[in-house]
Amino acid sequence: MSFIPESYHIYIEALLVAFIVYYILRTRARRQQERLSRKLTERQKDELIAEWNPEPLVPETPQHHPVLNPKFADGKMTKEVTIDGEKYLNMASTNFLSFIGVKRIEERAKQTIFKYGVGSCGPRGFYGTVDVHLELEKELAKFMGCEEAVLYSYGFATVSSAIPAYAKKGDVIFVDEGVSFAIQKGLQASRSRVEYFKHNDMEDLERLLKEQEQRDKKDPKKAKTVRRFIVVEGLYVNHADLCPLPRIIELKWLYKALSMIDEDPNRVQKVTKMAIEGQKKLQDSLKNTNFVLQACPESPMKHIYYNGADEEEEEKQLDKLVETVYSKNHILVTRARYLDKDEMFKIRPSVRIMFQYDLTEDEIANAVEAIGNAARNN
Amino acid sequence: MTAEVASRSSAFRFLHKLPIRLTFTEKKSPLLISDLAKENDELKKRTHILECAWNQEHDDEEEEEEVTENGVGDGEEETDSNHDIYGDIGNRAPNEFEKIGRFTTFKVYIAWLALFVFAHIREYVTRFGFVKDLSSKENKKLKDFVPLFSDFEAFYQRNCYIKVRDVFERPICSVPGATVDLVDRVSHDGNWTYEYPGTRTNVINVGSYNYLGFAQSAGPCADQSAASIDKEGLSCCTTVHERGRSVSQAKLEKLVAEFLGVDDAICFSMGFATNSMNAPCLVDKHSLIISDKYNHASLILGCRLSGASTKVFEHNDMESLEKILRDAIAYGNPKTHRPYKKILIIVEGIYSMEGSICNLPGIIALKKKYKAYLYLDEAHSIGAMGKTGKGVVEYWGCDPKDVDILMGTFTKSFGAAGGYIAGSKRTVDHLRVASPTGYYSSPMSPPIAQQIYTSMSIIMGRDGTNDGAQRIERLARNSHYFRMKLKQMGFIVYGSNDSPVVPMLIYFPTMCGFYGRQMLERSIGCVVVSFPATHMTEGRVRFCISAAHTKEQLDYVLATVDELGSMSRSKFSRRSHLYKNQKIEW
Repeated sequence: MSFIPESYHIYIEALLVAFIVYYILRTRARRQQERLSRKLTERQKDELIAEWNPEPLVPETPQHHPVLNPKFADGKMTKEVTIDGEKYLNMASTNFLSFIGVKRIEERAKQTIFKYGVGSCGPRGFYGTVDVHLELEKELAKFMGCEEAVLYSYGFATVSSAIPAYAKKGDVIFVDEGVSFAIQKGLQASRSRVEYFKHNDMEDLERLLKEQEQRDKKDPKKAKTVRRFIVVEGLYVNHADLCPLPRIIELKWLYKALSMIDEDPNRVQKVTKMAIEGQKKLQDSLKNTNFVLQACPESPMKHIYYNGADEEEEEKQLDKLVETVYSKNHILVTRARYLDKDEMFKIRPSVRIMFQYDLTEDEIANAVEAIGNAARNN
Repeated sequence: MTAEVASRSSAFRFLHKLPIRLTFTEKKSPLLISDLAKENDELKKRTHILECAWNQEHDDEEEEEEVTENGVGDGEEETDSNHDIYGDIGNRAPNEFEKIGRFTTFKVYIAWLALFVFAHIREYVTRFGFVKDLSSKENKKLKDFVPLFSDFEAFYQRNCYIKVRDVFERPICSVPGATVDLVDRVSHDGNWTYEYPGTRTNVINVGSYNYLGFAQSAGPCADQSAASIDKEGLSCCTTVHERGRSVSQAKLEKLVAEFLGVDDAICFSMGFATNSMNAPCLVDKHSLIISDKYNHASLILGCRLSGASTKVFEHNDMESLEKILRDAIAYGNPKTHRPYKKILIIVEGIYSMEGSICNLPGIIALKKKYKAYLYLDEAHSIGAMGKTGKGVVEYWGCDPKDVDILMGTFTKSFGAAGGYIAGSKRTVDHLRVASPTGYYSSPMSPPIAQQIYTSMSIIMGRDGTNDGAQRIERLARNSHYFRMKLKQMGFIVYGSNDSPVVPMLIYFPTMCGFYGRQMLERSIGCVVVSFPATHMTEGRVRFCISAAHTKEQLDYVLATVDELGSMSRSKFSRRSHLYKNQKIEW
């Protein structure tokens, strides 16, 4: 029994010591703060405040920027769009499967509005989950062969909030240099250590993983708590090529990292054939010009680059190509736009061409010819 | 007692430090700021905006001053379109945060302690296999990996949250209007999985942010959004910078700018991303963000992504804000010892968890004095506050041009989705060019843009009826009535009397489950919140009042809350005697 009162003593003493330490630290911190604020008198501060001249909130924007002078497409963004009363063939939107304008889908959408209204008026936790969400999640999980799936209302926010949900401060993330902007933002928000490997270069990834292994050997205690992630994209939107998934998975097991795949945009069988053939034709028609097409054959999205002396020339030539096809042949293609100053790595300027399910063979042939002609005459 | 209340309600705290005594709860004589200002230069400087606003109002309605006894004019002014339903601007209801005794706080900590002790016991019991572990586990093949879920958050989810999971994430299967149909669900394994028997329960909805009642599946909004599908389809399938400036969105942007009385506006397809992606376009690492303590997660993420230094001031406390501003300008960045290039103050209009309204005149005065910029997030207040629904800017009688960035969402009052940023043409042009959302995500879906367009037109009275004005007035009456009744019953209610967000404090985490379940049993769907969304000791029930609620519905909810409050002894207020003999009219 004598054990209990004795330990009781220890607790009280420990508490006392803790309190004294806390008190000393607190007074010291307070004194330090006081010293800091005592450095300047209020009058001196007033003078400094009067002198201070902040920068304007935002810089002046040049009024000729294309975004400030938009061309509006009337009606639906289907295969054909109308701009200023004229029809154009649309090869600029990501509507690969041509679901826009399908009556059956539109009717269901209307019925949904007449049943549920437009907005859910609440987050998922507080009466914002509609039974349709649950059904869709179930279907998605089945489709992807996973246990469960979760929906987000905004594609851009999905990956940039999913990454920080798993990766926290102190973790390591291995990332492909070619990942999209949304992933880069997610990495930034996670506050983990980010290691970039060269685009689709598995040896570089392995090198980084080996370095991590060395680091782990030095400090095995820490290694037990550091989570490792590999982040890649299924189809790189900035490069239009696929990630070498089997090899990544192999490396994952080897080095015990968890991988996240951002699969966007979707690849679907039906457009694949069209994409493969289109690529071949485009490559043929761009022969003997300074324009080159680079993409994985199966991707319905293609990037055309220009081999020029410098970036400025490349941009100019690409803009000209887009403009020529637009005004002469009434085909809508687009320059790929990036927020250059915020991207982690510089992305080479390109023209983006999208194939969609509704396009006929003739239309593709015409478009390919038009792009080839424009490229030769540039 | 009243002085104590007023000093706690930090909205006008800076006024109380001055030699003149002002009390905002005791409104025997209207506050004459113009007179006071003559006596005190400093006050005049600081309250310039408030004074102007008040004087303007004062000229209009001298004869009506006697009506405003409780801060809200009640009764007969429906015919006068100029009249402000909240009373005059000098007499705005203060934000109240009644404190409870230390002993109750201690009891709440004891409750948490008990919860965690049992959670740990449960954890051990499952680890040794006495109870089947139903939580999501990592793949067996991943055994050697560093575990994905190992922190406190996962422990809390597994052992505490799961016990009351049934009061959250309730799925609905109808429009979230004044009443809503909940999908019934049963769990046979302690809330890990649910079965849906296929039945539904109709409940009174005091949980959705449907302030103006525009969540409707019939009527002009629904009809016009459905019609816009025929015209413009469901999506643009491209980004704004590539080929996607849609007609519907451009039309909407113009209307938003007009509604708010500013030069230009830009819309985005998600409210959360409006904050988190655009704040970084405005400030960089050479700038300082001064953020309110209770700012929403999206703003905090925006601050983090921008790379700017961030300082936090006490909730709605002008003194704390002024001190930080002075020190920041005088001392500059403590790391680089260089002056900040610009300072951005970020505040919200109505704080969604506290129900408090920001002290905009005070903030604008400080912002002007110290040449800082102001970012006002009106996520909850746009549509819901002000006599014509233009948010807290109108509520306080301020000039929208004094706020550099007006941000708001369409998810709440407009019954749609998305967000906007409005301001000078220069600011908006910069965002059009620099915001990442324009490069990497598609614009608003046309039916959603149409819903906002139609509901905003109704609020502005463009449809030729006074439906919008009636909704706004109903909302103000409902909120005030509901709040006063709760206070009279003896509950602690945070925030301003004019705010449609009504957080009722129940303190104990265990009470959340009780209220959530009992309210559902009595056919009311309400929101309960506890840690981590609030402070550990401040669990609460949050009611969101809507213009769609009838007085009978509110009375039923009040009667139920009264019954549950007596049952669970959660009427903590020591100030109910102040309201005892007050007649509360709808």
